[in-house]
Amino acid sequence: MKKIFILFSLAACATWTFAQDKGNVLIKNGTVLTVTKGTLTETDVLVKDGKIAQIGKNIAAPQGVKTIDATGLFVMPGIIDAHSHIAIDGINEATSPVTAEVAEGDVVNPLQVQIYRALGGGVTAVHAMHGSANAIGGQCETLKLRYGTFDGDAMKMEGAPRTIKFALGENPTRVHGTGNGIVPRTRMGVEFVIRKSFSDAKKYMEDWDAYNQNKLVKGFRGAPPVYNLRLETLAEILKGNIIIHCHSYRADEIFMLLKVCKDFGIKRLVFQHVNEGFKVAPELAAYGAMASVFSDWWAYKFEVYYSTAYNATILTKNGVVTSINSDDAEMMRHLYHEAAKTQKYGQLSDEEALSLITINPAKQLGIDARTGSLEVGKDADIAIFKNHPLSIYGVPQFTIVDGIVRFDRAADPADMRLMVDPKQNIDEPATILSEKGRDNCMDGTEFLFTETDKK
Amino acid sequence: MKKIQLISGLIAAFICALTIHISAQNPKAKYGTFALTNATVETVTKGTIKNATVVISNGKITAVGENTPAPQGAEIIDCKGLFIFPGMIDGGTNLGLSEIGSDARTQDFNELGDIIPQMKALTAVNPNATAIPITRVSGVTTALASPAGDMYAGTAALINLHGYTPEQMFAGFEGVVLNYPRSGRRGGFDRRTEEEVKKANDAAIKRLNDVWERAVQYHKVDSATKGKDMGYYPEMIAMLPVVRGERALLVEVNAEKDIRAALKWVAEKKIAKVIFTGMAEGWRVTDELVKAKVPVIAGGVLELPSRDYDRYDQAYANAGMMQKAGVKVAIRSQETGNQNYRNLPYHAGFAVAYGMDKMEALKAITIVPAEIFGVADKIGSIEVGKTANLFVCDGDPFETKTQVKNVFIGGWQMPMVSRQTELYNEFLKREPGATK
Repeated sequence: MKKIFILFSLAACATWTFAQDKGNVLIKNGTVLTVTKGTLTETDVLVKDGKIAQIGKNIAAPQGVKTIDATGLFVMPGIIDAHSHIAIDGINEATSPVTAEVAEGDVVNPLQVQIYRALGGGVTAVHAMHGSANAIGGQCETLKLRYGTFDGDAMKMEGAPRTIKFALGENPTRVHGTGNGIVPRTRMGVEFVIRKSFSDAKKYMEDWDAYNQNKLVKGFRGAPPVYNLRLETLAEILKGNIIIHCHSYRADEIFMLLKVCKDFGIKRLVFQHVNEGFKVAPELAAYGAMASVFSDWWAYKFEVYYSTAYNATILTKNGVVTSINSDDAEMMRHLYHEAAKTQKYGQLSDEEALSLITINPAKQLGIDARTGSLEVGKDADIAIFKNHPLSIYGVPQFTIVDGIVRFDRAADPADMRLMVDPKQNIDEPATILSEKGRDNCMDGTEFLFTETDKK
Repeated sequence: MKKIQLISGLIAAFICALTIHISAQNPKAKYGTFALTNATVETVTKGTIKNATVVISNGKITAVGENTPAPQGAEIIDCKGLFIFPGMIDGGTNLGLSEIGSDARTQDFNELGDIIPQMKALTAVNPNATAIPITRVSGVTTALASPAGDMYAGTAALINLHGYTPEQMFAGFEGVVLNYPRSGRRGGFDRRTEEEVKKANDAAIKRLNDVWERAVQYHKVDSATKGKDMGYYPEMIAMLPVVRGERALLVEVNAEKDIRAALKWVAEKKIAKVIFTGMAEGWRVTDELVKAKVPVIAGGVLELPSRDYDRYDQAYANAGMMQKAGVKVAIRSQETGNQNYRNLPYHAGFAVAYGMDKMEALKAITIVPAEIFGVADKIGSIEVGKTANLFVCDGDPFETKTQVKNVFIGGWQMPMVSRQTELYNEFLKREPGATK
């Protein structure tokens, strides 16, 4: 029986195009929510070779191009989740307070069914992040949800800037201070670990610069500095080639990292979760740091106790580029609904609310020139909804990545697995009831804690 | 003209000063006679009434109708363009029993022991839990505060979300929580062998039956002796009303196989009052559920499908599928980890987006849970004589952007503030702002 399932799944995939193929499609007569250029009614979107080629009225379908009738439907940019842990096989390299040398790009798993489920929520790109066990964690990977490929590398968004995970507060202090008995045990220690790392990287950079200078001098006989992947990575942060995405909650620790980054001349900085970002919104705005937040999560631990669901609104109104993320395989399926909560908590406009899950996360990942809005020349990452996406009744109908339809609500079969776990009992649920408020960032560190301490 | 400007300026300044004065102290709930006029009233049980007035007096709804006059001295709240709904009821919370998820010192829902029906949630409900105002300003007026843990985890209590003692909050229902033994693994992290899983389940089922047998014996002896010289057996005393069919057994069960086993078990034991909760895979067992006439509190709705090969929207569709098949279904949020019970209307809304009838979804968070808990004579709809648990809002209560304007619980007008609104007011335009 299980074998049949595998065969069936393989057969289903075989009919799909290869992952990095770019598609052509004409979306007819929809209400087009461009996000950056207003709302266009009864408008067509023409996609050629995976890019948006034309937006306008009465566009004729080029020969052989598939047409989607979007009459009565809403066409919006594919949703981008700036904080996710899907499609990767390892989350925390919790062996040291600093692990800048490891990279999620090495463990991309394109087979997880969560990828398809995210497409079912209109998501087209995710930031697959390292966990928050370490003050300086591993490098993250920006993925496009090209579900159907068996090649992890084909999921990577080619040309997306490098990013890295940092973490402040309870998680790194608990894992290393409480769990391993090493610095950091406090927020003082977290600052020290980060400053020390940047200082080491600066010295490393200077040593290499000096060596590279000196070796040009005739008769120079010195040895090069010892190559160190951790310091190489940190040096790239100092040079502005890697964007920091920092797990954080409390206002004081957010302010601390702003100061550290200022001292080291680091400008590309995005705070993740940042539940108390609202308290230092003017400082974040002045620095140009961005914020990627939960819509309403709170109470799951002490550092999120003084949260407010108005966080995204306060940040937005203070001029901080803000996104709403999921950090959760279930919530990422309805980020459009999470964005709509800013209309309950602070009455943001439709455009402001939609920006939180499209152009703003694109800015935070450094991919806004290619995604995050419906504009000619951009990648054809598109979600098509029945009912407005900010309505509770909004239901994604098609999700398109690079012009290829990866989710079709009406046509897709129920079982969309690419891989069958042969050990899994077919009559038994795999998961029952997610734990809302569970700290997914701490996956892989459970062994460090006692039963009561797990969350 | 200048004079008018000056006067209006002065008035504005006065109002400002007054507001500041008021907000300088914690606002209190207000009791009295209220007339909510010009509203569209969704009674839930008796249709929709336009341009209607709802009169609240002595904690009760005393009049509902189109040409209902406001009583003399009533405070009139003009609800023109607004809607009135019965307060929402969340059948899956640990409100008042948990403050901070990661701090065991603030959690009172999980006592030691696997047979502890005598542990009463009502005892440990903290009327001043931060989550209570955060929940009620969104229109959820009543919640089941439920213990969690092993097999018989304790006795859950239905509470209204206003009051200063558990007694003031008690909404008239208590039920014993039974976590029906799981036959499968508990999740991806559960690395037991199949043999170990089966052995553990067999042992749990045996314990379940032994405890029930003991409770039945206890009931027989207690009946024969009329309770004289019975000694002190607290867990058996707590089981007595369940055995005698006077108190409901809340059976938490989710997997198809376990639901079937639990249905068989309650039938065999002839347990008179049973409510099934959770029911993630209820849609697989609808025929049997209809036949058994077991009411269900389903949810949360915003969940992943329970199996990898299930359709992606299966969890969203589950409650609606059971309801359509003829099962009596209430919807709960079960957002215990982050205390987000305020999202209850969105769980119902998602059920609608994925197939449930809209009116049925509204009933599933109002009158149906009231009926399931046996308190439909008091709450769950807008009817004369019922407790004044209701809210006023500016649109469809399922729609995310809808603003809740007023909440009444037991006839008390709630202040529309919580710690989260207070933080908003303080920090939207922080003073001082950024300085160097």
